[in-house]
Amino acid sequence: MSKIIIGRYIPGNSIVYKMDPRGKIIATFLFIVIIFLANNWVSYFFLSIFTLLAVWATKLKPKVFWDGVKPLIWLILFTSVLQLFFTTGGKVYWHWGVFNISEYGIQNSIFIFIRFVMIILTSTVLTLTTTSLEIADGMEWILKPLGYLKVPVAQIALVMSIALRFVPTLLDQTVRIMNAQRARGADFNSGGLIKRIHSIIPILIPLFISSLTVAIDLATAMEARGYREGAKRTRYRVLKWSKYDWINLGYFALLTLILLLTRTY
Amino acid sequence: MSIEFKNVDYVYAPGTPFQTQGLADISFKIEKGSFVAIAGHTGSGKSTLMQHFDGLLLPSKGKITIAGDPINANTSSKSLKAIRKKVGLVFQFPENQLFEETVLKDVMFGPLNFGFSEQKAKEQAVEWIKKVGLSEDMMDKSPFELSGGQMRRVAIAGVMAYEPEILCLDEPAAGLDPEGQKQMFEIFKEYQRAGHTVILISHNMDDISEYADDMLVLDHGHLIKHASPQEIFSDQEWVKKHYLDEPATSRLTRELQKGGFQFSEMPLTIESLVSKVANELKKKGDMDE
Repeated sequence: MSKIIIGRYIPGNSIVYKMDPRGKIIATFLFIVIIFLANNWVSYFFLSIFTLLAVWATKLKPKVFWDGVKPLIWLILFTSVLQLFFTTGGKVYWHWGVFNISEYGIQNSIFIFIRFVMIILTSTVLTLTTTSLEIADGMEWILKPLGYLKVPVAQIALVMSIALRFVPTLLDQTVRIMNAQRARGADFNSGGLIKRIHSIIPILIPLFISSLTVAIDLATAMEARGYREGAKRTRYRVLKWSKYDWINLGYFALLTLILLLTRTY
Repeated sequence: MSIEFKNVDYVYAPGTPFQTQGLADISFKIEKGSFVAIAGHTGSGKSTLMQHFDGLLLPSKGKITIAGDPINANTSSKSLKAIRKKVGLVFQFPENQLFEETVLKDVMFGPLNFGFSEQKAKEQAVEWIKKVGLSEDMMDKSPFELSGGQMRRVAIAGVMAYEPEILCLDEPAAGLDPEGQKQMFEIFKEYQRAGHTVILISHNMDDISEYADDMLVLDHGHLIKHASPQEIFSDQEWVKKHYLDEPATSRLTRELQKGGFQFSEMPLTIESLVSKVANELKKKGDMDE
């Protein structure tokens, strides 16, 4: 579990850390959208430059990012290989039954590969440099317009920050329960599928019970401290838009423009 | 059936930005049948050490021998099961591990996993449910209907029901009422007298002085002292320097010494303190006459 880097925050002190989470979230989402605008070598070149700049700006060790890509490497390779064998068009270099390696196939598989890696890298930049609470605050601000459609944005934001706050607690609790059951002889890593599913029960039931207990206790504690549903509340954590965010969005707009231009010409 | 650690190191999350040293160069030997206390302040490595006793954590370096079985960095998970049968681990707040529909079934979970027959597992479970002080009519209840203290007892019975040769307890009495605490400790002491090794992790020096006969003190992952509680608590300077508490008995003893009482050695249990004071008073009375 400790190997998974996605969703992890690593404290640091570079420019990316000082950016507003709203800017980072918007940029990351839009990046995943505009990545599909790219359709030739020039546009992929610019995409890569932009991504590598973002990675470089975090000032984190490259190995951390490699850890982010590693768990997904088989999915990426699998998709690329499929593209390689099943795309037709252009010069055909090799051919056997339904399989063939063509000029477009090679190009497409490389594009897909880059696209995957870019998406993983940019989202890793976001999660590595932004605490989960910042992400929740940013999401709340972004969702605010939905309030006009009677969506309870404030409540959703509260649910999000509580959920994020309890992810590490629940993970700890899971590990503790697993250890306790292991000490009593439970075995989670052997036997067939049915047996393995069965062996999850001694983890899941205590976990449910303790989550519900925590929820009840937390609700009581919140009420005791003056929380009322629907009451007007002030904010303690205030998001601040800095000049780096403008620069970030500026670069992003530039990239979009370049992609659109390379698409038309 | 002893436990031996030889130059054991443990590193959490090696090779990541979260790498931390849990244990550093730990070596000691615990004899069979002793009641060992492990003390040290929060984050000193007590719980990390405990998880090595039954292979939940494998040492990054060094070698452990538990009741004849070796554990090192490359021990396979298959051979660990035999070790886990010999070592019972009661974690902090063990009531969090209950999951079965009835108390009886929950206590039977351990014995069944370790290959007891259905019949034998049931016998053991019934016996230990009674021994930890629960009445027979609770066996068919859901563990979630019980009070916190009763759940704790069920959880402890669940570990003791397979009668491990080595019983490790991590703050087993935390959150229990004083009466319940005393009762549980009497059960553990009784278990030791029956020939088992008991290891107790505790912040409570009164419990340690009352029950333990050997003591390990940890600090920042290092073993800084391995001696009898007698020896450790006699050196008041050292205890203070390492931010350990002092048991109430030794504090009272020192106050009495100031008042002119003589003690050949520091009494650590209430009983021995009382008998020594009574002896002194008797002597004084004899002299006065």
